[in-house]
Amino acid sequence: MSNSQLTPGIVPARLPASTLAENFTDHEPPLDRHEARVAADRCYFCFDAPCMTACPTSIDIPLFIRQIATGTPDAAARTIFSQNILGGMCARVCPTEQLCEEACVREAAEGKPVEIGRLQRFATDTLMAKGVHPFTRAAPTGKKVAVVGAGPSGLACAHRLALKGHEVTIYDRRPKAGGLNEYGTATYKTVDDFAQAEVAWLLKIGGITVKTGVTLGRDVMLGDLQAQYDAVFLGLGLAGVNALRVPGEDLAGVQNAVDFIAGLRQAADRATVAVGRDVVVIGGGMTAVDAAVQSKLLGAENVTIVYRRGREKMSASAYEQDHASQTGVRIIYGAAPVRVLGEGKLAAVEFAYTEDTPEGLKLSSETFTLKADQLFKAIGQTLAGAPEGLGISGGKLALQPGQRIWAGGDCAAGGEDLTVTAVAEGRDAAEAIHASLMGAAG
Amino acid sequence: MANLTTNFIGIKSPNPFWLASAPPTDKEVNVRRAYEAGWGGVVWKTLGSEGPPVVNVNGPRYGAIWGADRRLLGLNNIELITDRPLEVNLREIKQVKRDWKDRALIISLMVPCDEDSWRDILARIEDTEADGVELNFGCPHGMAERGMGSAVGQVPEYIEMVTRWVKKHSRMPCIVKLTPNISDIRKPAEAAKRGGADAVSLINTINSITSVDLDDFAPEPTIDGKGTHGGYCGPAVKPIALNMVAEIARSRETAGIPISGIGGVTTWRDAAEFMALGAGNVQVCTAAMTYGFKVVQEMISGLSDYMDRKGFTDTSELVGRAVPNVTDWQFLNLNYVTKAQISEADCIKCGRCYIACEDTSHQAIEMLPDRTFKVKDDECVACNLCVNVCPVENCITMVQLPKGQVDPRTGTPVGDYANWTTHPNNPASQAAE
Ligand SMILES: Cc1cc2nc3c(=O)[nH]c(=O)nc-3n(C[C@H](O)[C@H](O)[C@H](O)COP(=O)(O)OP(=O)(O)OC[C@H]3O[C@@H](n4cnc5c(N)ncnc54)[C@H](O)[C@@H]3O)c2cc1C
Ligand SMILES: Cc1cc2nc3c(=O)[nH]c(=O)nc-3n(C[C@H](O)[C@H](O)[C@H](O)COP(=O)(O)O)c2cc1C
Ligand code: SF4
Ligand code: SF4
Ligand code: SF4
Repeated sequence: MSNSQLTPGIVPARLPASTLAENFTDHEPPLDRHEARVAADRCYFCFDAPCMTACPTSIDIPLFIRQIATGTPDAAARTIFSQNILGGMCARVCPTEQLCEEACVREAAEGKPVEIGRLQRFATDTLMAKGVHPFTRAAPTGKKVAVVGAGPSGLACAHRLALKGHEVTIYDRRPKAGGLNEYGTATYKTVDDFAQAEVAWLLKIGGITVKTGVTLGRDVMLGDLQAQYDAVFLGLGLAGVNALRVPGEDLAGVQNAVDFIAGLRQAADRATVAVGRDVVVIGGGMTAVDAAVQSKLLGAENVTIVYRRGREKMSASAYEQDHASQTGVRIIYGAAPVRVLGEGKLAAVEFAYTEDTPEGLKLSSETFTLKADQLFKAIGQTLAGAPEGLGISGGKLALQPGQRIWAGGDCAAGGEDLTVTAVAEGRDAAEAIHASLMGAAG
Repeated sequence: MANLTTNFIGIKSPNPFWLASAPPTDKEVNVRRAYEAGWGGVVWKTLGSEGPPVVNVNGPRYGAIWGADRRLLGLNNIELITDRPLEVNLREIKQVKRDWKDRALIISLMVPCDEDSWRDILARIEDTEADGVELNFGCPHGMAERGMGSAVGQVPEYIEMVTRWVKKHSRMPCIVKLTPNISDIRKPAEAAKRGGADAVSLINTINSITSVDLDDFAPEPTIDGKGTHGGYCGPAVKPIALNMVAEIARSRETAGIPISGIGGVTTWRDAAEFMALGAGNVQVCTAAMTYGFKVVQEMISGLSDYMDRKGFTDTSELVGRAVPNVTDWQFLNLNYVTKAQISEADCIKCGRCYIACEDTSHQAIEMLPDRTFKVKDDECVACNLCVNVCPVENCITMVQLPKGQVDPRTGTPVGDYANWTTHPNNPASQAAE
């Protein structure tokens, strides 16, 4: 093998194929029947369950766990899917430690919550493995709805609309459906091409046409959609990436973390994905953690996340941070980049320590430099490419009722930027669209 | 989704899950919430005669036993019949029934053992539009001392007599609720049938003391330093109830009488088991008292899933399906030979099977130096103890020896069906020949 962890520069195949395969296997392997039974037995079937309140899609968690406990995982899956049609993906990618499991009463009692996420995966996997779709469509309504964006919000919206008997067309600019499920979330959370399998399974409801490779604003205009359809849903996600705004940002070797991750997700062979020897990631969210961890798993020798505020302010959960540390990623808190250094290509990054003052974050005079041949920017995504003339507030779409346009997911105001929130918003928009269309009809 | 609609002695309900007569069905507010949650029917908390209602204790009325994780396994109570005025109950029953016509509503009754008392109460409930009556011959505490409840239920002649009165003075379908505090459950069931009952329901609660306070030296629940026996119910009583249901379902005298199965029903599976043993529907009390009314949702989805898996489209296809397979010991096939088999892949090497067999059974499990466990086929009598004590479900299974194969324990080949009645060791079989 020619390359190793010590090879300088950005190169592929730093690790043997077998190690790469091992590194990218299922991060949290599925529960087997016995484990699921034991885990389910711990649930108290709480009244007005705190876990359920903490779930953005309000899955009836006590009920589905009880259904697992009584040996009916298919029924459990239906309970999940009736609230969250992407319950399979959410079981894999939800930061449960900040959502349902944080709220679980057994977290309070013993510091050990019921393993809701893994139980959800057990149930949804069981039903999906049968290849059957658990719902049937209502009678056709004759109404047509356009959904732009095939990410979790668009898919959830389309599914709920199709269920109600509407005819849905989804447009997405990417070659594959799935949004960040396909191009964003960590490889080891969604092994075995799960995102595509899930889309195919979801579409079995019928009544949904997916048109990929179509960009709103270029290939099709909002006005056309409004003319052709009875309603339009926008689930565009956040296509833009924030810039560092420091000198040297355009040096070769500086890259958006999301692009690196998308490349990794789409690579047929991980040994072809190039990664630096000294990787620096700037940011504090899931994107930063995922870029750093996966760089390490690809064989980078040194990977450092630099976040400008303290540990508790980091939007990636403590669990995610610990996961990064365990993988061998170093996290430096309270420092921000001031300069990217290098001759023609990246060589190092200079940081200044920060001070969190009442007037905001201030750079101190104390600086340090990290050697780097690859730098990932992960300081947030922004709304980009949204049609003109729509209401925008706080960098997100804020649509007025009466426009016959709805929005949900990362591009829309409200909620956190999570897969599960996108699903909830897409589903709820579909309900609102349905109410509006049927109200108008009768 | 399978159709769970049931027709029990002419009373229709959207599913076979009824709430048993008990605190969950004591008031309009509970019963409405129960119907909203999905319960197919309700047997109203037992009503007594007109006049001042009974009184309950004002200290604790429940005791319990728990399994791991404080899972409630058995509940014991010293509560009496309703302690609310008759008029209030009757008014509420009428209101609820008017709003919930598709759900079953049965009135449970317990009045003194004379014809006038029964005629009077039946007249009073006539215009509630309730679907039927259930005669509470079961309550084991408080009421029995007054010559009611299990005091009647333990004397078949009384059951027959009261049932006859009820059929004479009312056109309503009549269910007789049996007490398990009796040595042969078939006797009261036969009496109910003779009296003209449309159905029997069982079991009511079992006489019990759940625990003793070892500082105050009094049974729990303790009221001012004293305690009394209460009625036991919940998951722990299910095996007793299943047997009693099966006994009635398969007895020649009572076969075919509709049965409402009660006792420890907590999940869809419990319900399906009662139904397979002959119950046309089930009644539930403790599960609702432990988890709230919502627990019925799992019962509904689970039973429906099960029926779909089995290809049953109507609950009647399930009811009684296991009854022909309940037999007497003497008819069991003595040439059905199995051996325990341990799946090494599933075994977590706890050693429980080994020590159970070694110390208390047939010394048929070997512990090898690398701590793997192996069944000695030449010692294993297939008692099933290891299966029952193994913490891993399906880790130990029973494998049947095919016909003709030599059983290494006995050295004889497995033969055709043969039972005790013809066995050479049976003196009776020799005598018959
Ligand atoms: C690296 C990374 C890791 C993440 N990890 C997690 C995680 O572990 N758990 C979690 O809960 N969340 C995670 N998230 C967040 C989560 O992925 C998003 O919140 C979620 O995908 C948002 O869904 P969405 O439908 O709003 O948008 P997206 O998933 O972004 O989908 C939007 C879709 O719209 C399409 N589109 C955009 N503009 C146009 C246009 N003009 N014309 C046509 N199509 C267009 C895009 O191609 C895309 O397919 C992660 C995000 C990133 C970036
Ligand atoms: C607190 C309590 C009160 C009860 N009161 C009555 C009653 O008034 N009439 C009656 O027929 N059965 C009564 N029962 C018995 C139940 O209806 C039922 O037969 C018994 O609890 C077994 O069912 P389970 O195991 O589902 O609880 C009572 C049970 C409990 C726990
Ligand atoms: S909070 Fe925990 S114990 Fe309670 S219902 Fe939810 S998962 Fe079960
Ligand atoms: S359950 Fe309610 S009524 Fe009973 S003791 Fe507790 S608080 Fe009092
Ligand atoms: S009881 Fe079960 S798990 Fe334990 S040693 Fe025996 S076979 Fe293995």
